[in-house]
Amino acid sequence: MAVSLPVSRLANALPRTMAWTPLVRLAVLILLLAIATVAFMTLESRGNWDFVLPFRGRKLAALVVVGCAVAISTVSFQTITSNRLLTPAIMGLDSLYMFVQALSVFFLGSATMIMIDPRVRFLIEILIMASFAGALFWWLFIRSRFDLHMILLVGVVFGILFRSLTGFVMRMIDPAEYIFLQDIFFASFGAVDRTLLGISAVLVTAGGLVVWRVQDRLDALLLGRPMAIGLGIDYQRTIALLFGVVVVMIAVSTALVGPITFMGLIVSFLAYGLAGSWKHRYVLPASCIIACLLLIGGQTILERVFSYNTTLSIVIEFAGGIVFLILLFRGKYT
Amino acid sequence: MIEVDNVTKRYGSTTVVDSVSLTIAKGGMTAIVGPNGAGKSTLCSMIGRLIPMDEGSIKVDRFDVTATKGERLARRISILSQENHVTARLSVEDLVLLGRYPYTHGRTTVEDREHLEATIDFMELGPLRHRFLDQLSGGQRQRAFVAMVLCQDTDYILLDEPLNSLDMKHAVAMMKLLRRVCDEQQKTIVYVVHDVNIASWYSDRVVALRDGRIVHDGNPSSFMQPEVMESIFEVDVVIREVKGKPFAVYYG
Repeated sequence: MAVSLPVSRLANALPRTMAWTPLVRLAVLILLLAIATVAFMTLESRGNWDFVLPFRGRKLAALVVVGCAVAISTVSFQTITSNRLLTPAIMGLDSLYMFVQALSVFFLGSATMIMIDPRVRFLIEILIMASFAGALFWWLFIRSRFDLHMILLVGVVFGILFRSLTGFVMRMIDPAEYIFLQDIFFASFGAVDRTLLGISAVLVTAGGLVVWRVQDRLDALLLGRPMAIGLGIDYQRTIALLFGVVVVMIAVSTALVGPITFMGLIVSFLAYGLAGSWKHRYVLPASCIIACLLLIGGQTILERVFSYNTTLSIVIEFAGGIVFLILLFRGKYT
Repeated sequence: MIEVDNVTKRYGSTTVVDSVSLTIAKGGMTAIVGPNGAGKSTLCSMIGRLIPMDEGSIKVDRFDVTATKGERLARRISILSQENHVTARLSVEDLVLLGRYPYTHGRTTVEDREHLEATIDFMELGPLRHRFLDQLSGGQRQRAFVAMVLCQDTDYILLDEPLNSLDMKHAVAMMKLLRRVCDEQQKTIVYVVHDVNIASWYSDRVVALRDGRIVHDGNPSSFMQPEVMESIFEVDVVIREVKGKPFAVYYG
């Protein structure tokens, strides 16, 4: 609740000559995003447009896809769980993704893996993740009564389990395959997997549209399970739907840039503070814009100012970790 | 009419509600009383479809609560449960307006605004309407939640311990208010309450549960008998007449 205070205070300190309605705030965010995009595309291009535009354009597209995936999945997940301190990473879904990768390399071998169309492979992996998440969901949200502590515990345990299983598999395979796997896991914002970009964009757009269609239900879900049901929300179906979207979005972002833990937390924190409204129709777009702004702006600064001397994921995770600690110490995270 | 037909709820091997049948006609205030763990809240939650039942059926105006679309029910019956945990930072006005969700899905219409104004007036929330929920005292917040439920404008209203965390003054104010809602707006109110005197003073009917079964059902004066109350609550009770109504003293 009170978490949004410092940021909204920041926003209130802005000039008062115009009304800071949610729409105006969104417009300002879009403007900032446009500036960051132009800077990203054009700085230090040295007139080499034929090369620079398509090259940077692909990178830009990847950043936007990942940004939206992280933003939408985190905001939805926090609403489902009624907790502002969680990101979907807590469910151990990204380590599951890595485990699925490791298993397929183990059983198929990297040679066979390369022969399969990566997009087909990606869809199969998503299917596996979705079925696991579906089982987990059924168990956590439907069979036993929804319990946040249970979810946290299960998430942490599964996360560790899959991570160690992945480590175990990696020790058993031959070194060449190991390098192949490592290459997949240490994907970064700078070197995104381009073959998956198209299909990822499609998945994120579809997921985004699904969430957008139920954004009014998300608003009601903010009141918690009993009141949401009292207002006529089909709770289980809505939660299942949103959870499905979250799973797909995590698969997409993990596939493109590897696991990211804290970014969603900064994004939702800023989005709730800056959107000027608690309604998802403003918070969702604001979170997407903020996520893209962070990624594109961060990447620009990284490439032009620090000349690639560090990686964006490190910077973002560092900042996200600090936000997490602030939220934790202020203690009013639910 | 709310029809509860042979409803049973078990948690593991414990039967919390044991084949309860109950019919609540339209209009009037019905209090559900009973010792801790008697199944009052469970019964209330099942009528409000917050938890599923293991056996039996519940109908509200002939609509089965497990089979009917949530939205259709939400225009007939509203429920306020004991623990309300709101994630977002909502103002009182935001909260009360969300009561209109079953009708307009968050797209506020002129009619919604009228309902909002009427409810804010009725609940005397005017000075608080722009405050955030986390800036309110327990009693004020409870009033805001009740306002939301009233704004939902349903014929039936279920309240699970609406007097929770209210002091004497606010508890009485809340009961008078509910009585007015019932009488002036012809609503049917079913509420769970611990204080037997509150229950008998303000209700038209008192239903007592014990160990998941209905052990008494009748008007307040039939409930306010020493032997009835002693068998339900296992305390010695003396009934005195105060202001022309029976009053139970069970202290000491």
